[in-house]
Amino acid sequence: MSIDKDKIKHISKLARISIDSKKSDSLAKDLTSIFKFIEQLNELNTDKVEPLSSILNTPLRAREDKINDGKIREKILENSPKKNEEFFVVPKVIE
Amino acid sequence: MSEIIKKNLSEIIDLIKKKEIKSEELANLYIDKVNKSKKLNSYITTCFEHTIQKSKEFDKKPNFNSLLPGVPLAVKDLFCTSGFKTTAGSKMLENFIPQYESTVTENLWKEGAILLGKLNCDEYAMGSSNETSYFGNVINPIAKDTVPGGSSGGSASALAADLTPATIGTDTGGSIRQPASFTGTIGLKPTYGLCSRWGIVAFASSLDQAGPMTKSVKDCSIMLEAMAGFDNKDSTSIEKKKENYSKNLKTDIKGLKIGIPKEYRVENMPKEIDELWNKGKSILKDLGADIIDISLPHTKYALPTYYIVAPAEASSNLARYDGVKYGYRSSKGNDLIEMYENTRSEAFGDEVKRRILIGTYVLSSGYYDAYYLKAQKVRQLIKKDFDENFSKVDAILTPSTPSSAFKIGEKTNDPISMYLNDIFTVPVNLAGLPAISVPAGLDKKGYPLGLQLIGKTLDEQNILNVAYAFEKNCNFKNEIKNWWL
Repeated sequence: MSIDKDKIKHISKLARISIDSKKSDSLAKDLTSIFKFIEQLNELNTDKVEPLSSILNTPLRAREDKINDGKIREKILENSPKKNEEFFVVPKVIE
Repeated sequence: MSEIIKKNLSEIIDLIKKKEIKSEELANLYIDKVNKSKKLNSYITTCFEHTIQKSKEFDKKPNFNSLLPGVPLAVKDLFCTSGFKTTAGSKMLENFIPQYESTVTENLWKEGAILLGKLNCDEYAMGSSNETSYFGNVINPIAKDTVPGGSSGGSASALAADLTPATIGTDTGGSIRQPASFTGTIGLKPTYGLCSRWGIVAFASSLDQAGPMTKSVKDCSIMLEAMAGFDNKDSTSIEKKKENYSKNLKTDIKGLKIGIPKEYRVENMPKEIDELWNKGKSILKDLGADIIDISLPHTKYALPTYYIVAPAEASSNLARYDGVKYGYRSSKGNDLIEMYENTRSEAFGDEVKRRILIGTYVLSSGYYDAYYLKAQKVRQLIKKDFDENFSKVDAILTPSTPSSAFKIGEKTNDPISMYLNDIFTVPVNLAGLPAISVPAGLDKKGYPLGLQLIGKTLDEQNILNVAYAFEKNCNFKNEIKNWWL
């Protein structure tokens, strides 16, 4: 799989990372060689293999749907780059 | 007095227990050397006022029954420390001050340890040389132009330079074991689920594990005992009783079966590594272990699998950095989407961007089956290789890395050659197994090389025992000359 500048544009849009066109050239080159490396996996026939999504033998624990903390609004807002008293502030989204 | 900080953690603990040194005196010895060792760039943040205050509190009311009584410790800057900056080596989190403590560090403080500072690492733990850190390269104390490995490079460098008596790192594809090998120290990646991931900045959640980095195997067992344990806050934490790794440490390995996988003899591997591997085999054989040749046929597919699974999980984990809730925010952009795009473009480094883009691509519509699903299937085959062999052997011995520490800048232009560093460590993460890197000797440049022992799931005690027996009979000595002072 060769990765060109158009593909970089498409993925970077999905990933919400702006990439300038100079960077996009070197990224296309790097990603092409990385995908060539990754595609070694195609040598293997895996038709009858079950995918492994977790190495734990037990299913994930679920907890009771009960509130166990709260009243931490100030702590949550503490590291926000922009806030007013009770809210995160973002650029205007509705005209 | 300065001889004290060269000692192993277990020796330092003995001195404290015998009241031959106070916690505050010990803290001051480390603080003094950290202050004189800025050239290594192993610390991102120090918190000496806190260290001194806590050590004074300890000396006033010492509890000598804890595992780490009044011991100052620095940790990788990927563990959230309440009230102290946690950067993950990224511009994105340059000013992030966690409001809560990671479970693993909390466990260390409960055992009497005291935070000394936060150690440099590759950005979001993505790297094998510590060269992707926003806070600059870390120098390996073995020689001034060499990398300490990564991603826990600051941890390995600080430990080898006596800037902390022991430390902790995280290992997603080799990030504890490779830097341990590069610096002549010991690093253990526990079984997936043994140490809680809660409060650790996430990279690839199905692979990430925290573990100890120390100067001796005994130290390693003490640290693991202190940090491990079930945690309700991590849904993948394993429910089991705490083990006394340090008390149960023994050197008797008679009759143990040690597997030697032929696939780990890779092309272009330096002769010295092969020789050390042979030396390791003969030491274990002399101690009464049975050496058995085995095959792990899917080994060569581990790295390609890893470079699908890890970036996929990373792209999802790192979606949270949007410039809104915490972390860096760009001042540029006319709307919300542009603000996101500029924030992530300005604050993520090149390697992190690369991996997010790979991950986004392999998970994108139309490609999921070809890449991510395929990788999950091969991951199954890799795990099966280990499962089948662990019915025949008790542990597996391999080299830790395909080379010794390399020069700064040597591999930065070629991502694949950088990735190949983790060729021997990555399979273990994919299979969720425990593994320890133990220093075994020096190459002709005088740089350390490590051997890796891989164990069965939750069989940490066994690989610690083999490592302990190996250490006692290997006579490795790290020659670090403090050239930077």
